[in-house]
Amino acid sequence: MSAGVTIELGRRYKFAASHRLHSEKLSSEENSRVYGKCNNPHGHGHNYVLEISVSGTVDPATGMIVNLADLDQFVEKEVIEAFDHRSLNEEVPAFRDLVPTTENVCIEIYQRLQRFSKAKLERVRVEETGNNAFEYSGERDENGNVD
Amino acid sequence: MVYLTRKIEFSASHLYHNPAMSAEENKLVFGKCNNPHGHGHNYSLEVTVAGQPDPVTGMVLDLKELKDILEREVMQRMDHRHLNYDVPELKGQIPTCENISRVIWNLLEPKITRGRLHKVRLYETPDLFADVYCPGAKPA
Repeated sequence: MSAGVTIELGRRYKFAASHRLHSEKLSSEENSRVYGKCNNPHGHGHNYVLEISVSGTVDPATGMIVNLADLDQFVEKEVIEAFDHRSLNEEVPAFRDLVPTTENVCIEIYQRLQRFSKAKLERVRVEETGNNAFEYSGERDENGNVD
Repeated sequence: MVYLTRKIEFSASHLYHNPAMSAEENKLVFGKCNNPHGHGHNYSLEVTVAGQPDPVTGMVLDLKELKDILEREVMQRMDHRHLNYDVPELKGQIPTCENISRVIWNLLEPKITRGRLHKVRLYETPDLFADVYCPGAKPA
């Protein structure tokens, strides 16, 4: 039986952006040591892949947790327009004072998408390259519930 | 606990149409997925079984056994079929990724007797998928 199963819908998006890993709290030697070539002064870029999962009740009339058009429109406006073909350091306000590592990019995207009202955001996964990926599902207590 | 995943692919056609709604509403809600002659996808299915490896065989579940279950329950039912017309389990439901994956969960769950069905992930395209998790299991 399917009673009690959890169903999530997953969707992947792409954006290309530049960044530079540099902390004002560290000396230039420390920055260079900690971030290596990611600290190069003029930055560099990646083709990021964003994967999100949302949950909710499957509407019997539509068979959907959420209409994809609504989800796509929200993600497009909140994330893709704000991040795609931009410098994360210069053009995304959150990264004025926060190093745009993909850990922090994940958290920032989670916070933006958490405002989506038509389904519950479960998880954000960001692939910086095909070889590294980061996931964030909010801060949770010991029972796995979102704080 | 060890999690074992097997992947299969099947090709099927479908369309989204709810007879309780007007033609205009169907078009509005489902967009091009409402085109009357349907369209198709190459679906990719990942099935994850959780369990302890058997001390004698070292296996959670014999992969061959899982392959046979997937062949019988999913491939024979859905591969090269029209999901709206050829799959009785989907009758009366819109064959979205959410509903197909739940039907697959219901077909597989009673058949997996070694280990426990943990997760079904169904990709409709590489950028769109649904996950079904076993009751109480928190996504890893």
